[in-house]
Amino acid sequence: MTIGDPPGGAPAIELRGATKVFRTPSGAGHTAVRALDLTVEQGEFVAVVGPTGCGKSTTLTLVSGLEEPTEGEVLVGGRPVAGIPPQVGFVFQQDAVFPWRTVLSNVMAGPRFRGVPKTEARDRARDWLRRVGLTAFEGRYPHQLSGGQRKRVALAQTLVNDPEILLMDEPFSALDVQTRALMSDELLHLWGGSGTGGRASRASVVFVTHDLEEAIALADKVVVMTAGPATVKEVFPVPLPRPRKVESVRLEPRFVEIYREIWASLGEEVRITRERGAGRAA
Amino acid sequence: MPPESVSLPVAAERPVGDRGVARARAARNRRILVLLTRVLLLAALLAAWEALARAEAIDPFTFSMPSEIWDQVWQWTAHGTPQGSLGEQIWVTLQEALLGWGTGVAAGVVLGIALGRVPFLADVLGPFIKVLNALPRIVLAPIFLIWFGLGPASKVASAVVLVFFPVFFNAFQGAREVDRDLVANARILGAGRRRVMLQVVVPSATSWIFTSLHISFGFALIGAIVGEYIGASKGIGLLVSASQGTFNTAGVFAAMVILATVALLAEGLLTFVEKRLFRWKPQSRDGGR
Repeated sequence: MTIGDPPGGAPAIELRGATKVFRTPSGAGHTAVRALDLTVEQGEFVAVVGPTGCGKSTTLTLVSGLEEPTEGEVLVGGRPVAGIPPQVGFVFQQDAVFPWRTVLSNVMAGPRFRGVPKTEARDRARDWLRRVGLTAFEGRYPHQLSGGQRKRVALAQTLVNDPEILLMDEPFSALDVQTRALMSDELLHLWGGSGTGGRASRASVVFVTHDLEEAIALADKVVVMTAGPATVKEVFPVPLPRPRKVESVRLEPRFVEIYREIWASLGEEVRITRERGAGRAA
Repeated sequence: MPPESVSLPVAAERPVGDRGVARARAARNRRILVLLTRVLLLAALLAAWEALARAEAIDPFTFSMPSEIWDQVWQWTAHGTPQGSLGEQIWVTLQEALLGWGTGVAAGVVLGIALGRVPFLADVLGPFIKVLNALPRIVLAPIFLIWFGLGPASKVASAVVLVFFPVFFNAFQGAREVDRDLVANARILGAGRRRVMLQVVVPSATSWIFTSLHISFGFALIGAIVGEYIGASKGIGLLVSASQGTFNTAGVFAAMVILATVALLAEGLLTFVEKRLFRWKPQSRDGGR
């Protein structure tokens, strides 16, 4: 493939034999991800599940260009990742909104960083605040909001850049159960409605979570990772019809079947991780 | 100091009954009691000092007494000091302190953030800064006097070296402890290196820097005063050393009173500025409105 090739039919994300080794402070190498192969098609919603601390998040940092793979290749839109690809958006596990900026100013940050004039950035930010239902809070500072509201700000802040690829690192894990379900629905709604503005297709999503129910309810495809160093163990399609409502889809018999099938695979890895932890503690 | 207006209107707005009102009243009474006790304690101390000195239980010549100190302050205010008007002395000292403070803070913040963000610089310069910090920097004042002469420059220099280190270490720490997710988020949102520095690193380091500003203004005053004390043609430090030279204990105390007043006023101003600048921070005490 030549460099300038228009990546028309290329998958949104491709990892080929990606390995990431971190140097620990003691000088030893810690392999977070090993020989990882993963393909995400354009407009696909992929959930990545795996035992805690197995290296799921590292996969995202590789795709986002925040870290480079030690070995292997990472392609975004058919091109190798060098630096942060502009079409990528990232929602973090912890609050990563700027505490010294107001809600409006937080959402304006992305467009402003990318050189959009102030008035236009403000209009776009206001539009997204309306979509996440925070119009009345635009003058507040993040510490004056609830956890769920802050998450909405983070979503708006990321989506205002109109990313083609949305990376989410356990974004709702810090929220209480009710808020989490609400936010999942809202995410599906926003994702379904995305692309109606600038682009023809919806964004491709990689959603990392340790909650299998959340993964199945949201995704088209669930990727099960092995206990660390992480690599892809199995990929399960989720043939549930859309649009979905998170709370009701859980109760469908098909959902339970899929859950059982995936858990058979995931449960084993969770058990391995747990035994290792016990072995280390002993 | 939360003024009474914070809790009182809330209680008045909400007619929850007598309990809210009673609680507000109790809180106010307690504040009044604290204030009253403070005033009484101060008055008792001053009165004891005065009485002991008058009764010659302590030597009034070496220990002076509040009334004499007050007379001295009044005399300087009304008739000027031996080296010119009192206002001029305060202004000279304040100018030296402010200039030294500004320079020291600027240097400390810039170098602290630079070393905090560039590990190579930190590795190279780290040991030098440690050695300089270990030095009791007040001994540099005589050297500055030789280098820069009797004028304000030598005082500014001693203020700078005193101010620099606390500010530097705080800025360094602040720049190192910037939340990695915040930096990553800014980069993914599209910020370049310069924007990350100015819009993420600097704002998150400011709260660290501000804590050091409070103590460092005190240090700037110390630097200026010690410099003047060693050798000067004007300033409050000179008032101290001149009073000491004539065994005028009341004069030394009077200079101290003036200094304390100046320092407290500056501190109040700084707190005011800080409150305006950190509106985005959660209030630790009364939880905002």
